[in-house]
Amino acid sequence: MRYVTIFILSLVFWLLITFKFTVPDIAAGAVASAITAAIFGRYYFHNVYKFLQPRRWFWFVVYLVTFIWACIKANFDVAYRVLHPAMPIRPGIVKVKTTLRSDFAKTLLANSITMTPGTITVDIIGDDIYIHWIYIRSEDPAQYTSMVTGRFEEYIKKFAE
Amino acid sequence: MAAIILISIGVIFNIFGCIGLIRLPDMYNRLQAATKCVTLGCCSILVGVMVHYGLGGAGFRALVAIPILFFTATVAAHALVRGAYHFGTKMDERSVKDDYMEAVK
Repeated sequence: MRYVTIFILSLVFWLLITFKFTVPDIAAGAVASAITAAIFGRYYFHNVYKFLQPRRWFWFVVYLVTFIWACIKANFDVAYRVLHPAMPIRPGIVKVKTTLRSDFAKTLLANSITMTPGTITVDIIGDDIYIHWIYIRSEDPAQYTSMVTGRFEEYIKKFAE
Repeated sequence: MAAIILISIGVIFNIFGCIGLIRLPDMYNRLQAATKCVTLGCCSILVGVMVHYGLGGAGFRALVAIPILFFTATVAAHALVRGAYHFGTKMDERSVKDDYMEAVK
């Protein structure tokens, strides 16, 4: 079942990229997707039935909107710091605990953190995420955890866990 | 017209990213500018391309490139930062905190 999911996703992706719907194109895509599924099928999606739950898709859309908004904010934030004559930076690496369990959710959270204002994920060790922050606003772990992970963690928990 | 505006915004953000690469003090802060400004700049350009060509072949390809760009940019930034830290690149003297040090040891 896992292999079928990977196969379908790869095929859809192939069709979107090539955007030609003739028989030879689809056949070539099917062969390529089958190879991909055979190689990577065992790594992803331990429970494919999650794809069929509409609730998860809803939270995914909510997450996507929040994420795009955070991205735009991140850009203005960095542009401000770069163009400001005095360069208001206060960099450092902070440790943040996550409550997410699955690897997929952790990866998504790390990627989201990298794209949000002023933070880059340096490493994940167990449940701790190490984050380079361009302007540390607070020294209190509880406070900066909620600042960094923000609402992403709860949304990701709702659709990916 | 909308396409030109979007592409201009993208180019301006890319320029901000490049200024950040020059002005910011150390490797970690430079990467912040490189990932954020350049990623959204490129996304803006791609959306502009999509608006220009419509939702045909090229437009769809531009749209599909956006998630790929997001994943590759974030993963590359993570790999570069981690690699630089393990290599021993010093952080700027303005840095106030380093929790990662004890985890690496």
